Amino acid sequence: MIEVQHVTKRYGPTVAVDDVSFRVERGQILGFLGPNGAGKTTTMRVLTGYMPPTDGRAIIAGYDVFEEPVKAKRQTGYLPESPPLYPDMTVREYLTFVARINGIAAGDRHARVDTAMRRTSVADVADRHCGKLSKGYRQRVGLAQAILHNPGVLILDEPTAGLDPKQIIETRELIKELAGDHTIILSTHILPEVSQTCERVVIINKGRVVAEDTPDNLTGRLHGSATIHLQVDTGGADPTAALLQVPGVTGVSLGEVGSDGRGVDVHSAEGADVRRDVAGAVVSQGWGLLEIRRARLSLEEIFLQLTTTEEEEEAAETGEALPEIETGDPGATAAAGPNGPPGP
Amino acid sequence: MRNIATIAHKELRSYFVSPIAYVVVGFFAILFGYFFVANLSVMVRFSMQAGMFGMGGQSININEFMIRPLLSNTAIVLLFFLPFLTARAYAEEKKSGTIELLLTSPLSDLEIILGKFLGVLALFALMLVVTGAHMGILFWYGEPELGPMLSGYLGLLLMGASFISVGLLVSSATRNQVVAGVITFALLLLFWVLSWMADSVGPTSQAVLSYLSILEHFDDFSKGVIDTKHVTYYVSFIALGLFLTAKAVDTERWRG
Repeated sequence: MIEVQHVTKRYGPTVAVDDVSFRVERGQILGFLGPNGAGKTTTMRVLTGYMPPTDGRAIIAGYDVFEEPVKAKRQTGYLPESPPLYPDMTVREYLTFVARINGIAAGDRHARVDTAMRRTSVADVADRHCGKLSKGYRQRVGLAQAILHNPGVLILDEPTAGLDPKQIIETRELIKELAGDHTIILSTHILPEVSQTCERVVIINKGRVVAEDTPDNLTGRLHGSATIHLQVDTGGADPTAALLQVPGVTGVSLGEVGSDGRGVDVHSAEGADVRRDVAGAVVSQGWGLLEIRRARLSLEEIFLQLTTTEEEEEAAETGEALPEIETGDPGATAAAGPNGPPGP
Repeated sequence: MRNIATIAHKELRSYFVSPIAYVVVGFFAILFGYFFVANLSVMVRFSMQAGMFGMGGQSININEFMIRPLLSNTAIVLLFFLPFLTARAYAEEKKSGTIELLLTSPLSDLEIILGKFLGVLALFALMLVVTGAHMGILFWYGEPELGPMLSGYLGLLLMGASFISVGLLVSSATRNQVVAGVITFALLLLFWVLSWMADSVGPTSQAVLSYLSILEHFDDFSKGVIDTKHVTYYVSFIALGLFLTAKAVDTERWRG
């Protein structure tokens, strides 16, 4: 449904997006993840036909965005980073205008506008001017604008930015609901959003794709070693020595002492489940075992790992030359492959 | 076609929901009223003198004494007013980010440009309609010829449309309305006074400069002459302006 083929975008000497490729199947939600300035917005602008790529192709619903722009755009709903509202129009006028430019027949417009307002819960501000709306409403009117003409593809640039927690949950629910008959790309730098809404994740950093997978695989795969997290009440004693004696344990790092005991991370070789033995060791010392769980690397950690690894590699590699200009460095090539994010 | 109308309607509407339309049309009407009264008093004095010196039998030509100077004055007022109208056309959309909505919706660039052009043109036409009231007074009390007046209006319309096409071009290249307005005004003024240089340069350059000058072409219209040469000039001027606007919008896309 959406295909990005080797898209590169340069602004003068700066490379904003560097040979990015990915595809999204019909009905899928793809999370587009990256730090600010990674090239998310640029990629989305290329996809929506707002700007042409320097190199490569973007295909929406079978139409090349730059060969057949009008056909491709008819299939696309786009919520830019800041919602494109006309401050002097009321919400209803604005949405009616959007319906017109999307070629919705006059008889249909009213119903479509009402449906879009209902789905994004902005019906209560239908007659207010867009310029007077709060950030949350602006964002949702922007979303209403994107889904109004019922496009096959939705491209949402940070759809939950500026919303309060309740609205964020509602918006996520709406996005999931839309996924049935829409194909969605949403960009964000909020990681929980991705794990909660998206089926696939593309992580982009400095214009390059550094990882592409399902959120679960990403969190699972990046364990170089297994870690379990304990909360123990040792009565002031240092548990390190006792825990290191447990077979299979390769390392122990101590955390803070809090109201519910001391936090301890126990590292072991991958595949070995040391939880029973560790629990036994704690109990046999006479300490209180308050909590024990397997620590999964959160998306945050993966994200940091991926994005900082990249930076360190580049720094180590070049030192003098600008790292972005050549695509030939081996670290980046390996990282850009669909199955090969760099290990820690 | 329907898309063009949608954009034109949106443009025109935006002038009326803001104070712009009322301020521009209102103050234009005040200025035009002043010119009308000033010209009228000159004409009254002149005709009284003519009566005293025994030329009373000949009536004074209202077209020559009223309508032609009024339309010429209007042309100068437009030079000042139209840059204010066109300045916002693209600059504001860029500033507020709504340009992203237009450029990612299933509209062609040409539809957007023509829509904006027609929207501003409609407001400008409304300014001219206001002057119709004064002309009506002339027809009520005197007997001016209709033809030269209509050709004068046609000339104004074509000239105003040329101004608007320059304004759109400039506005499409910046996101700052003040910058757009000032540059448009400076360019128009330059085109206006281009013929001043004509006398001090060689014959070829003289011909070129006077041909390019916007003012030269308006003169015949106000005299009641519709010369295809002048119509062609204005129409090509407008077409070039809109074409360059399309190029500017496209360039802006590539630059991002």
